[in-house]
Amino acid sequence: MSPISPITAPTDIAVEVHDVTVAYHRRPVLWDVDVLIPAGKLVAIVGPNGAGKSTLLKAILGLVPLASGKVEIFGRPLREERGLVGYVPQRESVDWDFPVSALDVVLMGRYGRLGWLRRPGPADKAAALKALDDVAMRPFADRQISQLSGGQQQRVFLARALAQDAMLYFMDEPFAGVDAATERAIIDVLRRLRQAGRTVVAVHHDLQTVPEYFDHVVMLNLRLVASGSTQEAFTHENLQKTYGGRLTLLDQAAEAVRRGGPL
Amino acid sequence: MSISSADAWVAATAALCGVACGVPGVYLVLRRMSLLGDAISHAVLPGLAAAFILTGTRGLFPMLAGAMITGIATAAISSFISRHSKVPEDASLGVVFSSLFALGVIMITLAARDVDLDANCVLYGNIEFTPLDTVRLAGLALPRSFVTLACFASLNIALVSVFYKELKLVAFDGALATAMGFSAGIIHYALLCVVAATTVASFEAVGSVLVVAMLAAPGTAATLLSDKLSRILWIAALLAIAAAVGGYALAVVFNTPVAAVISVVLGAQVALAVIFSPRDGLVIQLWRQTSLKLRIREEDLLGRLYRRQEGRTEIEPPALRGLISWLAFRRLRRKGLLDAPGTGLTPAGSRAGDRLIGSHRLWEIFLNQRLGLPPDHVHDPSERMEHFISPAMEQELRAEFDGLKDPQGREIPQPERDRPAS
Repeated sequence: MSPISPITAPTDIAVEVHDVTVAYHRRPVLWDVDVLIPAGKLVAIVGPNGAGKSTLLKAILGLVPLASGKVEIFGRPLREERGLVGYVPQRESVDWDFPVSALDVVLMGRYGRLGWLRRPGPADKAAALKALDDVAMRPFADRQISQLSGGQQQRVFLARALAQDAMLYFMDEPFAGVDAATERAIIDVLRRLRQAGRTVVAVHHDLQTVPEYFDHVVMLNLRLVASGSTQEAFTHENLQKTYGGRLTLLDQAAEAVRRGGPL
Repeated sequence: MSISSADAWVAATAALCGVACGVPGVYLVLRRMSLLGDAISHAVLPGLAAAFILTGTRGLFPMLAGAMITGIATAAISSFISRHSKVPEDASLGVVFSSLFALGVIMITLAARDVDLDANCVLYGNIEFTPLDTVRLAGLALPRSFVTLACFASLNIALVSVFYKELKLVAFDGALATAMGFSAGIIHYALLCVVAATTVASFEAVGSVLVVAMLAAPGTAATLLSDKLSRILWIAALLAIAAAVGGYALAVVFNTPVAAVISVVLGAQVALAVIFSPRDGLVIQLWRQTSLKLRIREEDLLGRLYRRQEGRTEIEPPALRGLISWLAFRRLRRKGLLDAPGTGLTPAGSRAGDRLIGSHRLWEIFLNQRLGLPPDHVHDPSERMEHFISPAMEQELRAEFDGLKDPQGREIPQPERDRPAS
């Protein structure tokens, strides 16, 4: 495995989420969230189902419209810094019967820097093969993606992220439904990314591994419960606030906004 | 029967229509949107009527503009309805396109009563008359539909080649595409524009039934025949051409409507692809199932003979009922695992049995010790599992349960290499 080339982040803060509210069908699913994500750290977003974790990622990436608030990437709007950002969607979000090989999928990681019309060249192919090597998937480069196991598919997604060579990564549940070997491979890659000065923000479900894997944690349940270094923020009290039942009043308020009047 | 130049023009026009529709159709199939192609091809009718009412001509460009606007409107309205109500996407699409099509029919009959803009022609086309309507191009009299569709076929191939990378990315992972700055929404609607325009250009020549078939069938068959996108695009184009030429020849022979026969041929191509698809066609599935059945029967025979050889004479010698058993017996003999009378094992047979019965008993231990199944529950599941234990799994099991006996107190046979030399 070759090292990932080190980069120094342009600012100490990788992402600033300022007073962001997101609504689906008018119903707010994220309320006035403020988050500062420090550069060069592994950051977990945790919270119960339906807490708005994926929505927060999508809001930062501009994939869902913001009802209010703003997002800055390294101090600038996303549209000016797209090239610095890599994204690993949930594995189930794509059709794994799609007629492409593992290598094709990893090559897609290079498309962003190529821009419109330019085709991937030998340098891109070399970068893609190296990324496959980094997740121990090189022998499967020509395999059609439906012929891979779930863990192997997740590793291909990770290799695609590596091929993006981004400064800041957003990963939606990279550890969901993978085998132990893949989990080790993924955390290994995440640590190497951190060593190279990159920032990784991952939606994470397994609370037990949060302190071991992540430096920083964002705890979410429709609103921000806590955000800070794992040591400080990942406390029993905050966990209870995050998972200990929903705020019924907040639910009622969201429902009232959706209906356009009180219940 | 001799082939006249008129025949050649009709067949060539149908083939060009096939390429023009079949190539973008691949993307509709891959994105599970083939029905949207169907819907758009019907819903463009009010756009055509409006363009005719506004301009008073049936010229190609007003028609294309009208079609693209209504084509996009169809997709936009139906996704708007499903997004802002509880109506599912397919239902809203079904309602929107049928209403728009009917609206088009009304607009045509009201405003263009005495003009030659015929709803029937839109449905069935009149490809047979292609050679009669010609335009002069570079001194040659070429059928108008042929020229139009040649333009569209070339244009669509060019678009798919130039935007190959972008279309592939959006079709596979729209969220990543958008995050990278290739707007999935814009590319989606651009594709629908191409589909709407191609549909209109094809209508007059071939009718909407064939257009719908050409949008869906070649792409469907091609995705069954290959799992490489670039190859799928080629195969779709070739299948469309083959169906056009073959279908036209059949239509001439049986004196039946051309567009209908070509559509049937397209359907037959898909049926053949379902049967013969190399990855998961019916034939290959049947073959895989049969070979698995044969292997399991073989191993069951081997297991029986092995246990008899262990001295458990209460086990009956295997009865060879049925073709599979007979074949399994033959294969064991051909591999040299059976002795001459066929009631015992050769040394090679015993070694194969060691592995099989070893796996079986190791699995029994596993079920008993790790899953806590009582000893009288472990035989049947192990009988099923023994056929699927890979050498790697076997090694892992051996390492874990080294030196143990199975829940019935029987020894685990050791593979040859581990046996102490005697």
